[in-house]
Amino acid sequence: MRAFSYARPETPAAAIEAFVAAGSGARYIAGGTTLYDLMKLRVEQPTHLIDVTAIRGLDEIATDGDMLRFGALAPMSAVAADRTLQRDYPVLVEALSKAASQQLRNMATVGGNLLQRTRCLYFRNGAGSASTANVYPCNKREPGAGCAAQDGIDRGQAVLGQSAACNAVSPGDWPVALVAMDAQLELLGPEGARTIPVAELYRPPGDTPHLEFTLQPAEIVTGIAVPATRAGRHSTYHKIRDRESYAFALASAAVALELDGDIVRRAHVALGGVATQPWRAAAAEQALLGQRVTPDIANAAGRAALQGARAGHHNGFKIELGARTVADAILIAAARNPA
Amino acid sequence: MTDPDAGGPASLIELDRREVLVAGAGAAVALTLETGTAQAQASAGAEAAPPGTAMTIRPRINGRAMSVEIDTRTSLLDLLRERLQLTGAKKGCDHGQCGACTVHLDGQRVASCLTLAAKMDGRAVTTIEGLAEGDGLHPMQQAFIDHDALQCGYCTPGQIMAAVACVREGHATDRASIREYMSGNICRCGAYVGIVAAIEAVAQGRQA
Ligand SMILES: Cc1cc2nc3c(=O)[nH]c(=O)nc-3n(C[C@H](O)[C@H](O)[C@H](O)COP(=O)(O)OP(=O)(O)OC[C@H]3O[C@@H](n4cnc5c(N)ncnc54)[C@H](O)[C@@H]3O)c2cc1C
Ligand code: FES
Ligand code: FES
Repeated sequence: MRAFSYARPETPAAAIEAFVAAGSGARYIAGGTTLYDLMKLRVEQPTHLIDVTAIRGLDEIATDGDMLRFGALAPMSAVAADRTLQRDYPVLVEALSKAASQQLRNMATVGGNLLQRTRCLYFRNGAGSASTANVYPCNKREPGAGCAAQDGIDRGQAVLGQSAACNAVSPGDWPVALVAMDAQLELLGPEGARTIPVAELYRPPGDTPHLEFTLQPAEIVTGIAVPATRAGRHSTYHKIRDRESYAFALASAAVALELDGDIVRRAHVALGGVATQPWRAAAAEQALLGQRVTPDIANAAGRAALQGARAGHHNGFKIELGARTVADAILIAAARNPA
Repeated sequence: MTDPDAGGPASLIELDRREVLVAGAGAAVALTLETGTAQAQASAGAEAAPPGTAMTIRPRINGRAMSVEIDTRTSLLDLLRERLQLTGAKKGCDHGQCGACTVHLDGQRVASCLTLAAKMDGRAVTTIEGLAEGDGLHPMQQAFIDHDALQCGYCTPGQIMAAVACVREGHATDRASIREYMSGNICRCGAYVGIVAAIEAVAQGRQA
């Protein structure tokens, strides 16, 4: 691991100043469950770590009011344990509690979670041992090197959003739920504060898969805001994995429905595990509008969600799995909290 | 590198020297060196260390206040095992994937392999060595014995630390919940049935 300096400023301004002063080798670190892991794999090689976890006031959780608000430094476990959220927004709670393990959720922050990097094994330098460092080319790790996954073992790779340069899956669960729920991201940088939709944080891989986020240099994520909606009561995050727990999604769906009796007035649908970024499925939402939720309607919406999907060598199953995961999620969400 | 509480002659720097001398085998020396300070900078070779890669942290570990100089790269797990001789927490994967390194940080369970030691200034760490009070066993340790919750024992310290936290969090309500909230701890020997039974017994107060 490359040597690095470590600083732990107590205000956002001091953190931004330290980041700017440190130059191109600077990185913020929160829980470290992505960054330190990748440093051990020599994928990330920062020379200056600026720990944001001593900054006060960035870990607050507010679930009353018109906007639900989560400070960027709130641990995943703390947000998942919020009683109001558990009752009114199962989609948000399940996206957190079905991710990683309780140990990791105690460490990981809800802000850092949005910036986690792909679990593509080629990106992670082979199986992750130091001896496989740089055996497999990866455009995301090393721009222009090529992509070992295209003709390699691509069972886990994306079927939506991929380019010739990269088919790595966006791994997070929480970002999928947030994108479904129209969440906003609050940012603070050298130029001041701004707010963007969480969906706009992510860039499609295109020719530049190494550029994953639209964050500006030195910008800090300060918080996440989700518009309150009664659709939260009829919601779920449905996650299908190779084992029952403690694994990344093969396919997942965040679904929330605004129901009038049993008629869908508004639908939120997003997919995880199958796409290169958190994937909002507008066509699936459209297929549900004005409909009574039945297995047939849910299946049609599931197929619509996977419109345009393209399989590689070993991941064709994800298209059918993705469609069925969305369909199941719709049925689960509709059955929640009957009036 | 002094230990204000212990005050005795065995300062951590002396421990380090002894380790290096005792270790002998190349690999073991390298591991020790990597967690040392001046040594690690030397062993980093071509990658010149920017200023500030050594720092002093003042954690409280198993109730004992201490002051340790570390290389910023050091994980909490390596600090415990290689510097402080607390070898209870195990290194299974070193990437957050197995749970063998589970310890409590300010009362909450964490993976010590993915925890930077640099973050430990002013924090309280409890390891399996500090779990029981006095010479007796913690009820969870006793339950693991009573329920045959281990075979080789490698995952056991991590399992027990996670299990104690699982009960404390209120997640040990039934077998399904225990399994879900213990899923971060892998047991290669497959002692899961005993592990779940031990936790259930402690949670229901059947284990004194
Ligand atoms: C074994 C394992 C299993 C996992 N399983 C899952 C899973 O099933 N589902 C899932 O969704 N996730 C999973 N994760 C990923 C985990 O959820 C993320 O690593 C975690 O949420 C990242 O948060 P962190 O605070 O630790 O971020 P860090 O590692 O500290 O930071 C991650 C990135 O975000 C940047 N950053 C962090 N905070 C800020 C901030 N406030 N402002 C600006 N930049 C910031 C850092 O510079 C870094 O680039 C798993 C991780 C592991 C190790
Ligand atoms: S050694 Fe830390 S989780 Fe495996
Ligand atoms: S007892 Fe051997 S790994 Fe669990």
